[in-house]
Amino acid sequence: MSEAVTTLPGQALVRPLSLRRRITDLVMTGAAVLTVVIVLVPLVAIFGYVVYRGVGAINWAFLTQTPKPVGEAGGGMANAIVGSALILGIASLVGVPFGIGAGIYLAEFGRNRLGSVIRFTSDVLSGVPSIVIGIVAWSILVRGRGFSALAGGLALAIMMVPTITRTTEEMLLLVPQALREAAYGLGVSRWRTTLSIVLRTATSGVITGVMLAFARIAGETAPLLFTALGNTFWNLRYNQPTAALPLQIYVYANSPYDDWHRQAWAGSLVLIVLIVTAVAAVRYAVRRGSFGTA
Amino acid sequence: MANPAFPRPDMPGPQPVAAAKVSANAVQSKPLLQTAGGEGADRVFKSAITACGLAVLGVLVLIVYELVSSSRLTWHAFGFKFFAGTDWNPVSEQFGALPFIFGTLVSSLLALVIAVPLSVGVAVFTTEMCPKAMRGPLSFFVELLAAIPSVIYGLWAIFVLVPILSGYVQPFLAKTLGWTGLFEGPPYGIGMLAAGVVLAIMIIPIISSISREVLMVVPQHQREGVLALGATRWEMIRVGVLRNARAGIVGGIILGLGRALGETIAVTMVIGNRPEIAKSLFAPGYTMASVLANEFSEATGDVYLSALVEIGLALFLVTIIVNALAQLLVWTVTRGQPARGNV
Repeated sequence: MSEAVTTLPGQALVRPLSLRRRITDLVMTGAAVLTVVIVLVPLVAIFGYVVYRGVGAINWAFLTQTPKPVGEAGGGMANAIVGSALILGIASLVGVPFGIGAGIYLAEFGRNRLGSVIRFTSDVLSGVPSIVIGIVAWSILVRGRGFSALAGGLALAIMMVPTITRTTEEMLLLVPQALREAAYGLGVSRWRTTLSIVLRTATSGVITGVMLAFARIAGETAPLLFTALGNTFWNLRYNQPTAALPLQIYVYANSPYDDWHRQAWAGSLVLIVLIVTAVAAVRYAVRRGSFGTA
Repeated sequence: MANPAFPRPDMPGPQPVAAAKVSANAVQSKPLLQTAGGEGADRVFKSAITACGLAVLGVLVLIVYELVSSSRLTWHAFGFKFFAGTDWNPVSEQFGALPFIFGTLVSSLLALVIAVPLSVGVAVFTTEMCPKAMRGPLSFFVELLAAIPSVIYGLWAIFVLVPILSGYVQPFLAKTLGWTGLFEGPPYGIGMLAAGVVLAIMIIPIISSISREVLMVVPQHQREGVLALGATRWEMIRVGVLRNARAGIVGGIILGLGRALGETIAVTMVIGNRPEIAKSLFAPGYTMASVLANEFSEATGDVYLSALVEIGLALFLVTIIVNALAQLLVWTVTRGQPARGNV
């Protein structure tokens, strides 16, 4: 764009740029490039280091065995991987329907005072620190009952809802009004129109929101500290303390044992692959705009 | 988020106003053909969907109620002194939260000092300078930083960042800036400085992506106007772009602050976890979120537990106020209303 200025036909009449201004321009351009480099360094460093340490540490035992007693080498995080799946499953089972439902409400019925209140509440909820959600889940679900996968799952479900709600709302609002009118014109009832026409058209966008929310909670540790608690053995029951991958990484990272540090890196690699796959799938889906529906 | 999958609403056809009217009629006046039970099903559907919406509201009310009712004990025992006391001793039941508040504020502000120039620089580069083809990948990479879980930041910080800080950065800072008193003491690596650096890395994606959005909303003719007056590119960015986007960028910064205040795991892993108020950034500290992470599950006694919940309540209130403020600032820009006091 600056070339356009220097090649103006009237250039001969314009005084050439002073040296000071040209140098300032150059310096600031350089500074901007420098900030990009500085920001990309930790990104590359973290990914590179996790992959480097993780690939060296991951093995069959890690993926299939439970932790060995303290100080003993070997063992793995299989129970934590399964536990994470259990907790994330509970979270999605609860959080996704509620999030989508609230999103439909905001888009289809939410043009009123209550709608604005819920919209604002949802934004507030997404800013609540995860540790605070953990405390609340503890005092409602754990106090007097004991730690459980259910409590962890519900804490994470609360964190999923705001993201899903707002993306669903945005996506439903993009569906052309004419489509709704066409359905009404054919005598289709409102609930049927909303579910089979509007929601169906917006499926890919809604899935994007769900995946983003999933990526956000998959690595959460803080809300699980006093809800799921962790467990060194297998557990598949919803009402028992359960191991989770981020929790296990946290405990192992703070331990003094080299073998546990090694496993923490392996666990991080598994977690990062999971999350980056989810995020990349979302980007790909958004770019292509196809997720099974036309 | 514009999604190419959907037909754009700006297709030829009835004007939006007319369209809204038609749809309102279709709903309010009874359609000529009504499937049996359609109305009843509609009513059930609407109630179910409204219940989902109300559940969001209910969850927030529940959070506030639980925090307030579980912290009543310390509130009655200490009142406002709780936030001014520096003594945290669960054994003698002395609870003062000031060291944690101090730690949260200092680590978050330190993070902002590091992250703000970097994030705004990245946003300016991606919107104003870099070739179009590079824009997508660059913002994707920066946003990947946001996808890394907190616990992995912590792990990386313990084993990579802390040794670098204690081996190179801290001795250098102590030698050159030690006279300020901010960089004194043994360079352990673990401490306030490490927490600030990790937080900075974690909030860069938030600040830079919001700044980018805000910069992209600045009308193109602003840029062209300034360039036509003979400005260099930097002058164009400073006068035509940054000045217009100021309120939105500040909003992004405050959103980043909100995230930093509530961040728990990564900070807990590197800050040193000692409830002290020290001037030096090399010294260990403790934040509101990390004292919850460390002590909540071991808290014995009702007063101890209640004191921790009250810290949680304070953290909750602060982050909500900060986030609401940020939302307002971002809206003033992206909703198309010009921020006041601009050129």
